[in-house]
Amino acid sequence: MNLQAFFHMGGYAVYVWSSYAIALVVLVANILAPLRQRRRLLRQLARRQRRERRQP
Amino acid sequence: MTTASLNRAFALLLWRDLLLAFRRRTELLNPLLFFVLVTTLFPLGIGADPALLRQIAPGIIWVAALLAAMLSLDSVFRSDFEDGSLEQFLLSAQPLSVLVLAKVIVHWLITGLPLLIVAPLLGLLLNLPGESIATLMLTLLLGTPVLSLVGAIGVALTVGLRRGGMILSLLVLPLYIPVLIFAADAVQSAGAGLSISAHLSLLAALLMLSVSLSPLATAAALKISLG
Amino acid sequence: MLRFFHQLGSPKHFYRIAGAWIPWLAAACGVLVLYGLYQGMVVAPTDYQQGDSYRIMFIHVPSAWMSLFIYVVMAAAGAIGLIWHMKLAEVIAISSAPIGASFTFLALITGSIWGKPMWGTWWVWDARLTSELILLFLYLGVMALYSAVDDKRTAARAAAILAIVGVVNIPIIHYSVEWWNTLHQGPTVTKFGAPSIDLRMLIPLLVMAVAFKLFYLLVVLMRARVEVLERERNARWVRELVERS
Repeated sequence: MNLQAFFHMGGYAVYVWSSYAIALVVLVANILAPLRQRRRLLRQLARRQRRERRQP
Repeated sequence: MTTASLNRAFALLLWRDLLLAFRRRTELLNPLLFFVLVTTLFPLGIGADPALLRQIAPGIIWVAALLAAMLSLDSVFRSDFEDGSLEQFLLSAQPLSVLVLAKVIVHWLITGLPLLIVAPLLGLLLNLPGESIATLMLTLLLGTPVLSLVGAIGVALTVGLRRGGMILSLLVLPLYIPVLIFAADAVQSAGAGLSISAHLSLLAALLMLSVSLSPLATAAALKISLG
Repeated sequence: MLRFFHQLGSPKHFYRIAGAWIPWLAAACGVLVLYGLYQGMVVAPTDYQQGDSYRIMFIHVPSAWMSLFIYVVMAAAGAIGLIWHMKLAEVIAISSAPIGASFTFLALITGSIWGKPMWGTWWVWDARLTSELILLFLYLGVMALYSAVDDKRTAARAAAILAIVGVVNIPIIHYSVEWWNTLHQGPTVTKFGAPSIDLRMLIPLLVMAVAFKLFYLLVVLMRARVEVLERERNARWVRELVERS
């Protein structure tokens, strides 16, 4: 199997690769969302604790 | 707590809610008007071809009934929530699910039953043959109580929210789909002269299932919503 | 063993143990996905009926499986949370919803893309596609309810009730849609279900299915960790954690 045929997908390239691209985007977004939330939450909590230390 | 006192509480709550509903008679008409209005919009939107109308009438009437039932759901617990009597029900010695059932029955009597009464009129407007109209009424008789029962779960979950209306529709409408499918198809089959006993049995099964399970779920949901 | 589960019930230990598992899960999932894709895209032969378009199956079918699986897990975790007042089960239940919705969305969109060359149209009211669409609505309902209630404890419990109600309704909805479909659709939709699937196609399908299960486990742990952190924001161990970071 050569590379060109692989990307061609027997004429169904648009359908196959767009499916895989969408799947990739959705799955990566699922990984990134909790990472981002966690970072934001930690930053928010850190800010709160700094504030509390300044005015006990 | 005896069965007698439970029956009495059930009957009293039923009577109280009916009385409250009839004190606000004008509000009773609103879901009915909505039902009629939505149904009349369809011929205006898609044209008045009698054959076409006859074909889509079951779907239109049932979708309108679904929407009318859903929009009136708010009244099941709203006023009791606002004046605090809902919390009294939670504290009462009677099982909450039985009290919930009484409230749902009242909701059906004041919103579901009127739909049943005007439905033949709408059937005539949409050119349904007599056989279909009889079936339409039968399906409404079996189906609208399911709408009230299942809808009560949704209202119980959203009763504490300030803007629960949109969410309520998102929660409840997917659960209404089986009723819509069986009921609308029964009316269509009746129009084509086919047997509808399977449809009616399935609708009756849905009714039995929701009568037995929905009050329990509603009671659990109310306990959570009111914390 | 018992002590392990007991520890897992406490938020602090859950956070730590889940954190230790995550890299391993990510690695295993990544390896399986790459292996499955290699088997599916390169090794598996072209289908004699559908050409290469069938290769969408390797994400479509596992996604569809996951969409149902996650809903059942969500409802079960919700029930455990409600009955035994286990906070962690509530967290797992509510963390599952967005992942399940993602897989449902994936199953729908890849099914639609697969349908275009096979059926000649992006969408048919096929029984499976239709029930998948309704499943997506059920997921969105759970998520909407959770985000609408301010108190997260109450929100998770309300969402759990809704998930349980949904799980009772899923078979009813599924069979009603199937029945409706056979009455209205007729045999226009040809099912391509090959009676005997080639082993070289079956292996990547199963590998991808396992990979997606691991992916779910990975993401649900990641989400649950954030959720636990948020709920325990006033606990001492969270404060210490924030200090250290």
